[in-house]
Amino acid sequence: MGLFTELKDSISRVTDRLFSEQEPKRIGIYGPPNAGKTTLANRIARDWTGDAIGTESHVPHETRRARRKENVEIERDGKTVTIDIVDTPGVTTKVDYEEFTDEMEEDDAIRRSREATEGVAEAMHWLREDVDGVVYVLDSAEDPITQVNTMLIGIIESRDLPVLIFANKIDLDDSSIKRIEDAFPQHKTIPLSAKEGDNMDEVYDSIAEYFG
Amino acid sequence: MPEATNADDSDSPDSDGVQIDLISGERMDNMATMEKIRMILDGVHDGNIVILEEGLTPDEESRLIEVTMSEISPDEFNGIEIETYPKSETRDSSLLGRIMGNNESETKLTVIGPANQIETLHKDETLISALVSRD
Repeated sequence: MGLFTELKDSISRVTDRLFSEQEPKRIGIYGPPNAGKTTLANRIARDWTGDAIGTESHVPHETRRARRKENVEIERDGKTVTIDIVDTPGVTTKVDYEEFTDEMEEDDAIRRSREATEGVAEAMHWLREDVDGVVYVLDSAEDPITQVNTMLIGIIESRDLPVLIFANKIDLDDSSIKRIEDAFPQHKTIPLSAKEGDNMDEVYDSIAEYFG
Repeated sequence: MPEATNADDSDSPDSDGVQIDLISGERMDNMATMEKIRMILDGVHDGNIVILEEGLTPDEESRLIEVTMSEISPDEFNGIEIETYPKSETRDSSLLGRIMGNNESETKLTVIGPANQIETLHKDETLISALVSRD
């Protein structure tokens, strides 16, 4: 009897997991290089799991591989939203190794540019195949109307993925949230500073609302 | 696959000039995604500026980025500069809009060139101003 009960409970737990629990949604963090994607991913991961995801740097293309942090549980208003965060390399249509030669030796710059191109291709693949929603991160001190931003938002919309636009770096003097809102009025824009931790409550409210 | 460039050597562009290929929507209509991407990148590798009358779909743009990345090589090819008009607020990009056949935003004049030869000077919803230089 005991064995039967245990077996029944075990089967019940497996079927519950298979059919009742929803898989965490994979939320891709996308944007151009140096928008602060990894800083944001680290901020979210540290706030809710205590661990970081990747290394942050002022040199473009520091993130050259997509990295996933699984089962990030965000609590809002007594409810828990569980997501996987996918930090992706900054997307661009061009990579010139000479951009890095001020910061490192030529061989390292060439290797960095080669890895960066692979990372961009990987990010595009994730976008087409493996994410359920997108957080699009922009540097609010920069002009948002660039071809990469226009194309990527178009690609995300064509796949009917839910998207939030994060106007990052609001701690900078040249920051303009309105410029981003005007560029992409069809999407909700949330201002923040991932580095300083400014406005993170609204960030988490929005993530829970859009992707929960 | 049709060639975008002129096969006759006597009509080859002068080495001092920049060749511009204006490709009609009709020419692109019957091409597969990879044929379009190959035609664009072959032109760009030759130093040409490629102008597409009707542009690419978002999925084709995504694959163009991916293939471009795989072909970047230090000191040889740094990638592409690509420009289209940003989406206008008045255009309907909703799922319902697309189902109802409003695909205005799907066709957009697109300019593509080698990253080291084309520089965007100004861009807004109605104007793209670019500087094209010789290699």
